[in-house]
Amino acid sequence: MERAWYQIALDVLKANGVSLIPYVPDNVLKPLIAAIHADPYFHAFTVAREEEAVGIVAGAWMAGTKGMVLMQTSGFATLANVLASLPCAFQIPVLLMVSERGTLGEFNQGQAAVWRTMRPTLEALAMEHHVISRLDECEFIMDRTIRQAHLTQLPAALILSPLLTGGKAVTRQVTA
Amino acid sequence: MTAAHNAKRMYRFDLMQRLVARLEHEEAVIGGIGNTNFDLWSAGHRPQNFYMLGSMGLAVPIALGVALAQPKRKVFAVEGDGSLLMQLGCLATVATLAPKNLAILVLDNGMYQITGGQETPALRADFAAIARGCGLVGAAWAADEADFERQVGQCLASDGPHFIAVKLDDQPPVTQTERDPPQIRDRFMRGMGAKRSKLPG
Repeated sequence: MERAWYQIALDVLKANGVSLIPYVPDNVLKPLIAAIHADPYFHAFTVAREEEAVGIVAGAWMAGTKGMVLMQTSGFATLANVLASLPCAFQIPVLLMVSERGTLGEFNQGQAAVWRTMRPTLEALAMEHHVISRLDECEFIMDRTIRQAHLTQLPAALILSPLLTGGKAVTRQVTA
Repeated sequence: MTAAHNAKRMYRFDLMQRLVARLEHEEAVIGGIGNTNFDLWSAGHRPQNFYMLGSMGLAVPIALGVALAQPKRKVFAVEGDGSLLMQLGCLATVATLAPKNLAILVLDNGMYQITGGQETPALRADFAAIARGCGLVGAAWAADEADFERQVGQCLASDGPHFIAVKLDDQPPVTQTERDPPQIRDRFMRGMGAKRSKLPG
């Protein structure tokens, strides 16, 4: 049977020794978060803010434990300062997995507005980032991006497109 | 228990020297940005020191990451009051995860000293009370230097997470940390035993 994207993500994280998963939750990430919590290989927990998670993963990596931060697009938008001055400046492979909100059927105008800041920010930071939109490319992109981040000691972001995850869509405007 | 307004205002460099003098087991120390890590640096570089150069507010999260990665090593986060204000939520995270090997030291001078001494918006806040409210039940102000030494000893001798807050006077830092982030990171990783290299460290 074909593995779902979150099963592939789980397998790739394990294969690359990534065990520490601080996150700010997101609806689309729910199956991945549930699978990670169900597997004793991982230490997963919520944090109050995405910046905190970047600090935790940076500190853990410098002390020998690999980690990845899970978040949604709006959470990424809070990170420019700490990404620039911690993982980018110190050359620390902080990994980000971002569930992409704000595009391909978004119903929340706030999410749609903040979505427009994500790629320009990643490009301005010169951070390696890849959008995953197809199940058949999921393992390759995740595995190679994580591997490269660790080998080059540089941060990287994996963006999970609604094409891959189904996203969070509603079909009509909610009215009173 | 010492109330914030009863705590003696102490000299940051003196406290950093007192802290470093107590570290005999390669304890990790994460110094928050600016004058906090400048005086940690001035107290004598150790391979187990990490000096932030930006990412204001992340000393506690970085220290938490180190503490989770190496549960047998004691880890100190040394953070300024203005910095902690930017990331108060991390205290709740620390209390929830309850790492036994983590100690948080907050240096409260009530101002943004490095940018010209402007007051912080926390003049009525009590950082030890905030920490207790987040679930760090033993959080306390150090009354004076002797009490600071006693509390540091407690951090080293007993399970945490610990939280000490100190009031500072307005003396400037002694020197500034060398600003070379990849070198600081490389040295710290060697100090943590997380990196081996044939390149001289």
